[in-house]
Amino acid sequence: MSEKKCQSIEEKQYLVRFNADTKSHLTVMDADVCLNHCPDKICTIFCPAEVYKWEEIRMHVGYEGCHECGSCRIGCPHQNIKWEYPKGGHGIVFRLG
Amino acid sequence: MSEKFDVIVVGAGPAGISCAYELAKAGVNVLLIERGEYPGSKNVMGGVLYRKMMEDVIPEFWKEAPLERPIVEQRFMMMDKESAVTVGYKGMEWGQEPYNNFTVLRAKFDQWFAGKAVEQGALLVNETVVLECIVENGKVVGVRTDRPDGDLYADVVVLADGVNSLLAKSLGFHKEFRPDEVALATMEIIKLDKKTIEDRFNLEENQGTTIELFGDATKGILGTGFLYTNKDTLSLGVGSLLSGLIKHKIKPYELLEYVKNHPMIRPYIAGGEPVEYLAHMIPEGGYKSMPKVAGNGVLVVGDAAQLVNAIHREGSNLAMKSGQFAAEAVLLAKERDDYSEATLNHYKTRLMSSFVGQDMKKYKDSTHHFDKFPQYFDKYIPMVNKAASQMFTVDGSSKWEKQKKIWRDVGTAGEKFKLARDAYRAWKVMK
Repeated sequence: MSEKKCQSIEEKQYLVRFNADTKSHLTVMDADVCLNHCPDKICTIFCPAEVYKWEEIRMHVGYEGCHECGSCRIGCPHQNIKWEYPKGGHGIVFRLG
Repeated sequence: MSEKFDVIVVGAGPAGISCAYELAKAGVNVLLIERGEYPGSKNVMGGVLYRKMMEDVIPEFWKEAPLERPIVEQRFMMMDKESAVTVGYKGMEWGQEPYNNFTVLRAKFDQWFAGKAVEQGALLVNETVVLECIVENGKVVGVRTDRPDGDLYADVVVLADGVNSLLAKSLGFHKEFRPDEVALATMEIIKLDKKTIEDRFNLEENQGTTIELFGDATKGILGTGFLYTNKDTLSLGVGSLLSGLIKHKIKPYELLEYVKNHPMIRPYIAGGEPVEYLAHMIPEGGYKSMPKVAGNGVLVVGDAAQLVNAIHREGSNLAMKSGQFAAEAVLLAKERDDYSEATLNHYKTRLMSSFVGQDMKKYKDSTHHFDKFPQYFDKYIPMVNKAASQMFTVDGSSKWEKQKKIWRDVGTAGEKFKLARDAYRAWKVMK
């Protein structure tokens, strides 16, 4: 068996070019919903860029690394994410695929 | 100050560019708006571009377009944890003109394609987000952009804004999509020496292979993986319904790592260096999730109209065709000087009577079916693997005995009936 090497999400994100805007295009609308009504916090699992991280009492939104796929808007069980496109020319810049 | 165009196309992907290209070619004053730094900078696909629909827009495009490899072999791998049953077809007719399909890298390809539309006379504006459609008296008359004084007007607005389709949603053409109407795909571009790729995939120069991965590639949940050869990179990806990732609490990038480390895949990519990681959604709701595609002064094309044939991994070709039909409808509307839904609905008629609409209808229940009955992926694919292993392992028992054992392993009479019923059901949704 050859050695199993698993690349972390941080390593993957390092391969991507981002031209981050100064302001977030993703907004958690009601922080209380995440804190008190959403035990699974499933966005922290299915987001392909690990944009959403639960920090004890609040959701940290690392919009700078967002792939703009839209999954969080559709997958949030409480429709609690306001999702817009980053300002023109900002956000992710795919160079290849 | 406000500027007026004949047509505004929102989004420079295959659908939007095709539409803008055809309109500009016909002498129409068309503005193509792209939110990314350049066309392709926000666009992702596994990488298969179909020759026919592209050629319908630009004849003999392969002579100048930035393509990776013409595909001469297509394989389908039904994977279990440490095995796979593979079927495929390889044919030299696909390696020569007029070709069947090609792998492409979208950031390069879309830039080139948009450039061709500009050559025809389309005006391309990058780095501009369309925030909403401007609606007056029940008719779309333009778009509001995020530029200062960013209101732009047109007789027709073509929405080619991709899978999220926010503009059609805001017009009430569709509701927000559900997690079982979209797939979330992640992929990596893996750099590997050209010669190594050719050796590993049994290829000659300027030949390529596509491998579709079923079963264990998505840990038995509904979805597929893919491994495509580019010139000096491989595209390896995996996608499954967002609802499946949620239900099984799977991190998409961990699923991708799982595929990369799968013993059936690992040797293909060994020594390769990942150079880009990409995530994107795919509209997989099919026919039943299609929005209204024509309204007063507005048309919806490509992914924004959910035009994807998930079973056959087709999308960009449907997008291009829809873009062309939209251009046709706009030209008709121009001739009649009537941009109402009644006239623009010509687009819908053309779309639905073409292979695009026919295929959408043919597979209208397929995604839902395989989602509802997970046994195809988590039970039958392992069963096929086990059967193949037993049949081809020479261990002194007769082939009759082996067949009997395989049949016995299917299970009780009830389970055998269930298998027959599922086979019939699968045939029904695919026929």
